[in-house]
Amino acid sequence: MKVMAQMAMVMNLDKCIGCHTCSVTCKQAWTNRTGTEYVWFNNVETRPGQGYPRRYEDQQEWQGGWTLNRRGRLKLRAGGRLKKLATIFSNPKLPSIQDYYEPWTYDYATLTDAPAQEHTPVARPKSLISGKDTKITWSANWDDNLGGSEASFRHDPVLQKVSTDVKRSFEDAFMFYLPRICEHCLNPSCAASCPSGAIYKRAEDGIVLVDQDRCRGWRMCVSGCPYKKVYFNHRTGKAEKCTFCFPRVEVGLPTVCSETCVGRLRYIGLVLYDADRVLEAASTPDDEDLYEAQRSVLLDPNDPEVVRAAERDGIPHDWVVAAQRSPIHALINEYRVALPLHPEYRTMPMVWYIPPLSPVVDVVRDTGEDAEDPDNLFAAIDALRIPIEYLAELFTAGDVAPVDRVLKQLAAMRAYMRDINLGRDPDGSIPAAVGMTEEQMYDMYRLLALAKYDERYVIPPAHAEQAHALEEIATECSVSEYGGGNPEIFGEGSGSLTPLAVENFRMLQDRQTSDTIAAPDDKAARVNLLNWDGKGAPEGLFPPRKDD
Amino acid sequence: MTLQDPGLDSPLVDALVRTRRYFTRGEVSPDLRSLTKRGGREADDFYRDRWSHDKVVRSTHGVNCTGSCSWKVYVKDGIITWETQQTDYPSAGPDRPDYEPRGCPRGAAFSWYTYSPTRIRYPYVRGTLLQMYREGKAQHGGDPVKAWAHVVDHPGRAKAYKSARGKGGLVRASWDEATEMIAAAYVHTIAKWGPDRVAGFSPIPAMSMVSHASGARFTHLVGGSMLSFYDWYADLPVASPQVFGDQTDVPESGDWWDASYLVMWGSNVPVTRTPDAHWMAEARYRGQKVVVVSPDYADNVKFADEWLAVRPGTDGALALAMGQVILEEFYAERATPYFLDYARKYTDLPFLVRIEDGKPGKFLTAEDLAVSTSSIEEQENAAFKTVLLDARTGQPVVPNGTLGHRFGESGAGRWNLDLGDVEPVLALDGTEQATVTLPLFGEVDGSPGEATTEIPVRRVGEHVVTTVYELMRARYAGYTPEWQEPITGVPAQAARRIAREFARNAEESKGRSMILMGAGTNHWFHSDTIYRAFLALTTLTGCQGVNGGGWAHYVGQEKVRPVTGHLHLANALDWSRPPRNMIQTAYWYLNTDQFRYDHFSADTLSAATAGGQLAGLSTADVLAKSARMGWMPSYPTFDRNPLDLCDEAAAAGRPVAEHVVAGLEDGSLRFAGENPDAPENHPRVLAVWRANLLGSSAKGNEYFLKHLLGTTSSVRATETPEDRRPRDVDWVEEAPEGKLDLLLSLDFRQTSTTIYSDVVLPAATWYEKHDLSTTDMHPFVHSFNPAIAPPWQTRTDWDAWQAIARKFSELAGPRLGVRRDVVAAPLTHDTPEAMANPHGRVRDWKLGECEPVPGRTMPRLVEVERDYGAVADKYAAVGPLLDTLGATTKGITYDVSASLDELRARNGAVRGGAADGRPSLERDVHVCESILALSGTTNGHLAVQGFKTLERRTGTRLHDLAAEHEGKQITFADTQAAPQPVITSPEWSGSETGGRRYSPFTINVERLKPWHTLTGRQSFYLDHDWMTELGEGLPVYRPPLNMGALFGEPEVGDVGELGVTVRYLTPHNKWSIHSEYQDNLFMLSLSRGGQTIWMSEADAAKVGVADNDWIEAVNRNGVVVARAIVSHRMPEGTVYMHHAQDRLIDVPLSETSGTRGGIHNSLTRLLIKPSHLIGGYAQLSFAFNYLGPTGNQRDEVTVIRKRSQEVTYS
Repeated sequence: MKVMAQMAMVMNLDKCIGCHTCSVTCKQAWTNRTGTEYVWFNNVETRPGQGYPRRYEDQQEWQGGWTLNRRGRLKLRAGGRLKKLATIFSNPKLPSIQDYYEPWTYDYATLTDAPAQEHTPVARPKSLISGKDTKITWSANWDDNLGGSEASFRHDPVLQKVSTDVKRSFEDAFMFYLPRICEHCLNPSCAASCPSGAIYKRAEDGIVLVDQDRCRGWRMCVSGCPYKKVYFNHRTGKAEKCTFCFPRVEVGLPTVCSETCVGRLRYIGLVLYDADRVLEAASTPDDEDLYEAQRSVLLDPNDPEVVRAAERDGIPHDWVVAAQRSPIHALINEYRVALPLHPEYRTMPMVWYIPPLSPVVDVVRDTGEDAEDPDNLFAAIDALRIPIEYLAELFTAGDVAPVDRVLKQLAAMRAYMRDINLGRDPDGSIPAAVGMTEEQMYDMYRLLALAKYDERYVIPPAHAEQAHALEEIATECSVSEYGGGNPEIFGEGSGSLTPLAVENFRMLQDRQTSDTIAAPDDKAARVNLLNWDGKGAPEGLFPPRKDD
Repeated sequence: MTLQDPGLDSPLVDALVRTRRYFTRGEVSPDLRSLTKRGGREADDFYRDRWSHDKVVRSTHGVNCTGSCSWKVYVKDGIITWETQQTDYPSAGPDRPDYEPRGCPRGAAFSWYTYSPTRIRYPYVRGTLLQMYREGKAQHGGDPVKAWAHVVDHPGRAKAYKSARGKGGLVRASWDEATEMIAAAYVHTIAKWGPDRVAGFSPIPAMSMVSHASGARFTHLVGGSMLSFYDWYADLPVASPQVFGDQTDVPESGDWWDASYLVMWGSNVPVTRTPDAHWMAEARYRGQKVVVVSPDYADNVKFADEWLAVRPGTDGALALAMGQVILEEFYAERATPYFLDYARKYTDLPFLVRIEDGKPGKFLTAEDLAVSTSSIEEQENAAFKTVLLDARTGQPVVPNGTLGHRFGESGAGRWNLDLGDVEPVLALDGTEQATVTLPLFGEVDGSPGEATTEIPVRRVGEHVVTTVYELMRARYAGYTPEWQEPITGVPAQAARRIAREFARNAEESKGRSMILMGAGTNHWFHSDTIYRAFLALTTLTGCQGVNGGGWAHYVGQEKVRPVTGHLHLANALDWSRPPRNMIQTAYWYLNTDQFRYDHFSADTLSAATAGGQLAGLSTADVLAKSARMGWMPSYPTFDRNPLDLCDEAAAAGRPVAEHVVAGLEDGSLRFAGENPDAPENHPRVLAVWRANLLGSSAKGNEYFLKHLLGTTSSVRATETPEDRRPRDVDWVEEAPEGKLDLLLSLDFRQTSTTIYSDVVLPAATWYEKHDLSTTDMHPFVHSFNPAIAPPWQTRTDWDAWQAIARKFSELAGPRLGVRRDVVAAPLTHDTPEAMANPHGRVRDWKLGECEPVPGRTMPRLVEVERDYGAVADKYAAVGPLLDTLGATTKGITYDVSASLDELRARNGAVRGGAADGRPSLERDVHVCESILALSGTTNGHLAVQGFKTLERRTGTRLHDLAAEHEGKQITFADTQAAPQPVITSPEWSGSETGGRRYSPFTINVERLKPWHTLTGRQSFYLDHDWMTELGEGLPVYRPPLNMGALFGEPEVGDVGELGVTVRYLTPHNKWSIHSEYQDNLFMLSLSRGGQTIWMSEADAAKVGVADNDWIEAVNRNGVVVARAIVSHRMPEGTVYMHHAQDRLIDVPLSETSGTRGGIHNSLTRLLIKPSHLIGGYAQLSFAFNYLGPTGNQRDEVTVIRKRSQEVTYS
């Protein structure tokens, strides 16, 4: 047994309101800069829907993640690593910018500068790729709230797998939201795909990062990630991805997406796992067994043997305590209501989901049958409006049993708590029917319903003795490639390895001196903050006062 | 299955890859899957560096939403970088969720505006105007006021710049020149036309009280009119004043947690109450049942246990049917003790109503009782003391707590709901019956009808009377679940079952059934009838005034928790009273000439049982009538400058009120509203700040462009046919265009309002100033703070208006000097003027039905001194009237002298000038401190004092509610540290004492404090003449207006050459807060990036429209060009154009009109319901934003067609 700690997240989809606050705060903090205009480390998908980038779940097409070869050994779906090394100079299998979306802006300045004219001035959309006028035809969130649902239903790769007939009718309408970040997998196929070894998993907390110095822009990681959560920065020519907000997590703060989640549906905490068993679990032959296999890799932090092994393996005591208090451990392994996203990709994702309970179909509506029973306010799980098979395709490789169990647990919690709410005697047979004790049921209710800040996020800060290595300017810096490096073949900016950390505004200036309207003629008058990384005051932010 | 030989790829590859261990700094896992690293992570520097920042500043967004979320604004190198939510709200309790974090994607995208290219950085003036103004100045010796007159009084010049409005050509000006021009316009207008010809519009003080107060204070100091917003936005539920005598008071979202049954009815909580939605999601885990009533598969349906897909606008029918089930099963068949007890104590159900001419008539009052049965003290205000039957004696009695007890000597100590030994009778014994006729309206076309029924009655003296309860039973008898099914599309069984569940839950939980009701049900012409049907559900089941129960109206219901301080400073009541506060819907109905396009008379809306009170009147006539009877305000008031009127009176040597009455009587003076198109009656100056009138709220947007601004529009309607034109209001042959001389706006971003403005001043954003924020969704007051100083030439609203005030005073001092002004003030709620019209009988002095008596049968006429040279001094100091008159809110007057002393010490005193020695208001922080010090919710001394004052009237104990915080004074510094919970105060109807969640009317229920209504109870029955005229004395079903019958629009569902006709709804947008953020690049990137209309697949198929196709929507009011979003979540026959998508982003030219496509309000127009104009009678009396005609917009239809996909923009 090798005990390792993993920072993990659970999202309770049942509470998600689809507001996209997480996406916006994340984008504002991390990717509103040149080269990442189209990048959303965090995005929220309406399901059924095509997702972002569109149809990313179609691994027949994109060849992401792992699969088992004929010998039952794990291999990258896109081909073994030998093939990767052999084909390093050919274009990897990547979504095109149109599959993400062609980012755009508007010539807002016209609104102020328009000369006297016949019509009211208007800001037209301009492609941020070409700088030319554009008609907007796709975006990172095009099918929000079932917009254009005819196409969503036709192209949703998950819906295509669902065998039962799902009607697209007003009466049977359903949807739910799926917020996504990088899964910070235990078995990351992005890292395994990288010919440069630039993607690594932090030893102490499992956060998966791209080493910006080492990345050579091969983009094999983009192909390799089945969730398409590694992005190519077309300015630097390097890969970027969600960092689990490690500068925040290291000091005990939750990620931006979590802390700003107004649905209060995200949980962050540690899990301990047996690193020695990851490969075995990821190699589980039957897809439908992968959920249980993945769960089994996670260790019980209250098991004395595990605690001893953790200490042996260098995990600080307060981290072990945090793992014991972890809401993630409770939701995945104690209450068993959280499920992994697409376990069949075999990457062992570490962002798990509680499936949405609602809405309940109104089958009883027309009959009025339960009107005779005032206590039966909630309809049966098998009357759910969201097809359970759809959820199973997302979370359990198609096995409906675990999803059915979780939904029944949630429904039982509501029924059990209703008695308490109304001052009746609690009915212990309700939790028992879903294999829970009354205490467990109540504790789960507290975690899901009250969801107090310090119970949602149990994050041990990084250790003082490690701070040396975590400082912004590390004194034990080994090799600095600042200002040097090899010219490479990818991307407009990859000829120089000027680190992003000291990114100046040259690119911004370039953009503003170009001939296109996306950077208009009087470029001094505007700065597009979408392209600004928040460092320093770019020229043009405060234009010269011509009249003063 | 067992695993054999787990591993990657093959052993050969393993060997190859294993070599990687030797050329990486990381550690390859033993199984070769992954690379881990420890320490030495210089490569992460970029992300670490990006996260670092210099400071974090607390602020929020002064946007028109009810979020009032506190945010952290990050600043690096003096630049605002981004924002995330604060999480430091005081806990809502250990056994419930908390308020953290509050926010939404829109707020999270705000910092984009700071440096965005749509930011207004300098003052701008319309080029042609500036040029002519400069010419004028040169020609008139540099006199700015003459220069302004040179332009606006010259028809050719005026037309030149007015017709150029909205078409580019803005040029930069200096603050000095811009404010000089603005000041000149004000001085010229006040001198030539009168101060009530200038108006200001800035809505929703709660979202930034100081910024609202700035221009409002200036406007009131010069005698201008501030335009209302709550009614104008159609957010005011008129049923609330009707039923509760309260503007709107609702539970905080934390109280949803207390509900065990929750209906979201037309309220799409995840979109419109984003930071609050979690309370609903979480309360479900506590066993709360959630029902959604919505015509589409709305965002909140995802959370619902049941979804009732009601047809748009028919919600009233469903609610009535549910009420019928409750009355039948929980009152008549089984007398539910909790419900009946509640009904007797807290509702008007036991009160007696006279049967007159076989119809329900007036409430029986003490006046109708023989002196022998009515004590001597009941003779005071007898017409306002309503009567019920005491079951013990069978005799009529006057219970405590009626309106008649609220005022006058004899009521002192008796204005309470204590019934003593009296046992009110609800159901009569049935020994005597009478036939009554009740009005009905056609379920589809709304045509008037009637039904006759037998009800139990009895005699009291000469009167045949019955109880409101018996009337309700008769009223609801026909409104069965089976009746509503064909109207609403909701199965009868579902309606019946939900009604039973709702009531059973209320019975078991003692009132914890709640209805969240929203714009989807409140923006209709007949919303008040829909809402009264809702309120019947929550009141019949004893849910009002109970934590976790009752109505939760969530439509623009902003709560200025420190209301007294804000009210007095914004209205400049510290310097002069009364202010001119105008009902905005009526203002624009007349001044944008929408009244000229009505094709029906006011009595089209009357009931079959009506008495003909509206016969032959147009809506404009009804408005004029309401104004001259003093019911509703009307500014401009007279067809003459009120300053001149005072001079005339002085010259004639008589009081101005007398002069005015004489002039009105002999016809030498008329109300301006009787000839709105005469040049002397036009509004001349309009200032808009914190608002986007022309890109958002202007119902009948194209009429604004045409008649108010005089520029290009796409109005297609025809004028009123001659036989249906107004009777009392003059008709000018040629409708004027370009009535307004100056449109001034202050904003930080370009909107339709700024681009149509003549002068635009650059405003500071919400991250660049001090201010205060509150809401009714949470109980905290918190602050805005500048993360950076206002950049470029931007200024805070407080500073900008101060600059205007200074320039104005400089120009006005020598030109206007000190003048007398006469203000016509309407009869006001919460004052004895609410007893001006006994029994709600209409008496029009102009028709000789009574004498014109100011303050009784017509507006109060008050002479006010205006020292025009001192306006700037007064603006920047707390005035002396607070010392002598105190501060009054909802009928309670506070002695604020201690607060003023404290403010003088805290803010400093002004030295010299007209405000010498007064507490300073020079800076925005001073205003924040003053608002907090002058309000009971933030100053415990005032809360306790106010309750003690109230105790003298109620005779019950109340002040203990605030005693726990008597010594607490929330200062601005406190609000900077963290959101501060407010103090329970008589300014509001609910209690937060002991840290409980706020729910309205808990003080009424628990402390027996009367509602501010005629009976002192929640009202099911309204006996005003015009309510009877409209057939709305009792709850009634009225369908959406029939636009086919009223205006000749095609019927919904028609498919023709021009396209498919659909119901046109404008719900709130997921990607904006009104027009704010809809131009924000983040929101545009997450949505479809421009104007869109959602439609069903069926409707799209009828006209060959595919998703994302360009379409045009056309009706008589205007044209919209947008892209279609086709989805099966939409019901057939209805389209949504989400609210306030401005014309500035990606709107091409229209094929239909050849001009730029419009906004959502280009297809709407104003329609005024006469009952909203009632005044001077009990709870149906005017107060600003409390009562007034609503700017409803949901009854509209439009034709949609696919247009050429080749769009052009210029």
